[in-house]
Amino acid sequence: MKNFTKLFLICFLLPPFKSYAVLDIKITEGVEEPIPIAVAMFGWSQSSNVAPIDMSEIITNNLARSGRFNVMDAEDLPQNPSEFDAINFGDWRKLGMENIVIGNLTLTDSGAYDVSFRLVDIYRKKQIAGFRIPTKPNLLRRVAHQISDIIFEKLTGIEGAFNTRVAYITVKKNNKKKTHTLHIADADGYNAKVLVESPEPLLSPSWSNDGKKIAYVSFEGKNSSVFIQDISTGKRTQVSKFSGINSSPNWSPDDSHLALTLSKDGNTEIYIMNLLTKSLKRITQNNGIDTEPIWSPDGKKLAFTSDRSGSPQIYEVAIKNGKAKRLSFEGAYNARPRYSPDGKFITLVHSTGGSYHIALLNLTSGYINVLTDGPLDESPSFAPNGSMVIYATTGRRGGQLAAISVDGRIKQRLGLHQGDVREPAWGPFLK
Amino acid sequence: MSTRLFFVISLTILLLGCSKDQVKEDEPVEVTDLTADPASSSEDGAQTYGAEDDSGPAFSQLDDPQSPLSVRTIYFEYDSSEISSDYRSTVEAHSLYLQQNPSTSVILEGHGDERGSREYNLALGERRAKAVKQQMLLLGANSNQIRLVSYGEERPASDGHDESSWQQNRRVEILY
Repeated sequence: MKNFTKLFLICFLLPPFKSYAVLDIKITEGVEEPIPIAVAMFGWSQSSNVAPIDMSEIITNNLARSGRFNVMDAEDLPQNPSEFDAINFGDWRKLGMENIVIGNLTLTDSGAYDVSFRLVDIYRKKQIAGFRIPTKPNLLRRVAHQISDIIFEKLTGIEGAFNTRVAYITVKKNNKKKTHTLHIADADGYNAKVLVESPEPLLSPSWSNDGKKIAYVSFEGKNSSVFIQDISTGKRTQVSKFSGINSSPNWSPDDSHLALTLSKDGNTEIYIMNLLTKSLKRITQNNGIDTEPIWSPDGKKLAFTSDRSGSPQIYEVAIKNGKAKRLSFEGAYNARPRYSPDGKFITLVHSTGGSYHIALLNLTSGYINVLTDGPLDESPSFAPNGSMVIYATTGRRGGQLAAISVDGRIKQRLGLHQGDVREPAWGPFLK
Repeated sequence: MSTRLFFVISLTILLLGCSKDQVKEDEPVEVTDLTADPASSSEDGAQTYGAEDDSGPAFSQLDDPQSPLSVRTIYFEYDSSEISSDYRSTVEAHSLYLQQNPSTSVILEGHGDERGSREYNLALGERRAKAVKQQMLLLGANSNQIRLVSYGEERPASDGHDESSWQQNRRVEILY
């Protein structure tokens, strides 16, 4: 397995586009009956040169890593057709293959690219999907992710989330000095970029819903404060630096407001900041700890963690009237809520004593379904399609990231090459 | 492995460009750690000594290792901000010192262990610091002499993942 990973990495280091994965994503458990699919080598218009990117390899890796597909190894393919008419259906049927992806990459006269692909049902000899996508050289990887999304949705009925990004924080220790870094990377671990680096802790990255900004907590001023950073320019503004705690930023669905935890009035309470006027509205009034606010998808409520009952539990407050109700009742410890995109579930950190797990709270039944084994799992975040939860887990090698499908059938490990990695936040769909 | 590392490093350097300047702007002020002895902290193992200044001003109680003031860390139980009676004399001594030295101020830095959610632990760290502050106020310190900071689980005293590390991390540090 280790050798395979190495090989996999070398393959990606060789092409002229120097893209590589900072996070190695490995599938550790998949569904019992994965969908058989083959991805043929894409045709390439300039056969005398090497293609700038291996589209079929990116698509293959995406589908395989999703845990829902059994993707045929490239060397086992009986042929590599790039046109519908060239598909030898008889050969594929003999191999029991059900679906094939074929495509072409074309360099246009203007130096841009045309990517075309077809998803073909081998038994019915029919095209399930087919698109031609004109694009720029720097967006080819993204196109491969978009194609993966289309294939995934056509065959599973679930919206794909390959064309998305993930934010996370790493900590490296050099002698006694620690470096805290906030990164973003494509959902396949490639294309990693550093957004902030600091000798002081960084915490709680939160994506704006348009995917253009990230809010986070930084301790660089010897106290917590909240920044909003523009992802493409790197420009940032410090939006909250009151005395006491400034933390837990979370964007309203329309990105006009930020929910925050502040202790400026003497106790940790939840506030909403209007990002245009910077005015604050206090939401909670309670002697206990109130923190970790998260906007409901409809924008009308905030879920949060409070220990007002004696132990941390999840509550929900209507923004309009400030009325709070308790949502979690099972277990001594429930914290760090995140709504599913459809608003029907909350993923959270759950403990019954001893170890900490990622769990799903069903908002209809009130039941809690434990997803992970622990012992120290935290910071869960839904993929924008709601099918997977990414989270941080602490093991022998320190902090690592992992993901699990909401039905618990698919498990992935996202390994970093060195240092601790924590606080994953899955970003919205890229436009 | 080294190739991978090289790429990681080189890309990190390449990509740092825009954000680094901004981080620089807010470069934090170094806090001097009063508990460490600067004269003996040479990294290569060689010890250096200063000739003691015997003509200096009267030495402060804070530097006396026999004084209860030399205890600068208060440890807590899991998910608790209750100050154990073991620390009664420590808090009393610091409160008295602050009362007698009204121009002196102190930072109470609250911390937690790594278990559970980070933001909740941040709030818990502050609650611990606040508990110490409240006792200090009752025992004679003035509110404007005390500033609270919580780091939650972000600045562990020990990096381990077991109870002995966690015990060292659930703490309030008293920083003069």
